[in-house]
Amino acid sequence: MTMPSRVPEPYGHGSGANLADILERVLDKGIVIAGDIRINLLDIELLTIKLRLIVASVDKAKEMGIDWWEDDPALSTRARRSELARENAELRERLARIERLEPARTEEERESS
Amino acid sequence: MTGLRYVYAICHPFGTPLQAQLTGVAGDPPRLLHHHGLVAVVSHVPERDFAEGPLRSRLEDLDWLTATARAHQGVIDALTVVTTPLPLRLGTVFWDDSGVRVMIEEREEVFRRTLERLHGRVEWGVKVYAESEPADGDRSGAGPGDGLPAEKAVSGRDYLRQRRMRMRTNENMWQQAEAFAGRLHETLSAFAEDSRLHAPQNATLSGASGRNLLNAAYLVPREESEEFVELVDRTKDDVPGMRVELTGPWAAYSFAGEE
Repeated sequence: MTMPSRVPEPYGHGSGANLADILERVLDKGIVIAGDIRINLLDIELLTIKLRLIVASVDKAKEMGIDWWEDDPALSTRARRSELARENAELRERLARIERLEPARTEEERESS
Repeated sequence: MTGLRYVYAICHPFGTPLQAQLTGVAGDPPRLLHHHGLVAVVSHVPERDFAEGPLRSRLEDLDWLTATARAHQGVIDALTVVTTPLPLRLGTVFWDDSGVRVMIEEREEVFRRTLERLHGRVEWGVKVYAESEPADGDRSGAGPGDGLPAEKAVSGRDYLRQRRMRMRTNENMWQQAEAFAGRLHETLSAFAEDSRLHAPQNATLSGASGRNLLNAAYLVPREESEEFVELVDRTKDDVPGMRVELTGPWAAYSFAGEE
């Protein structure tokens, strides 16, 4: 009936579209209609939730400071961080030594005075 | 012909034929089922994959899901070129054509209302990423703009000072990033007819680099799309370290639900 007016060239989708974008729309948006073989609306929601959980748990774990996979050379290219961690540990140790030499500056000393 | 009916979208009748070589989910070309002055875009799918039981397990298979979702989107995309489709969610399946007809009759009013609301409009997706994950407090050699060379601290006090400055830099960076995303969303939603904020995408799933700060959809009339795209383009280089991504035009997926 009506011919659409011009639409700019597609950006970022078509064959090369990001799968996350497609799933976000095709699984998650669009109108919800129960098919007559009692299909899947719930299942899709469950699946989406499952995907999210997997994804969210990565974040959650990081929040709690569990990020061992980032230091594992087999899992991460950022394994060089381990070297930085070692350096940091050295610095902390050094700091602790300095604080022992300057007792007036440490928390405990201030509290007890 | 055997098989179940898979429904992609509901449309107003349209005159332009779909691309001849278009194939849908499971490789079957989509066809139009006219009923009560509306059109359901359907194709045949095999029971072995799409009956309730098999579909349940199929959905757990990410490769199958990917292919199916892309095929679904391919049909919706082709429809978006010639008309304004009301996209259905993946996996809307009926036993036969009469099931589809009953569904149309039951929902006729809603379909008409929604199609009217979406007529001539498309959806654009805009995402903002902060390019560099800011360094956490313990890591030296932080992101750009940090201004601090990863020099070896000469004393404990130096170490603390450097660490504090890095944390402050990170905080500022996040504040700037969020302010930028907020401003952009304000500008774009003022231009668009409607907007929806989606949950930020996680890089594990999207494979995109940087942290997703804004993930929004905007409903824009086709004839204003070019202007909208230019508006997004103009803001792209406003703040260093920010990346703005535009996707579309999509069928109005994010605006197809009931209000």
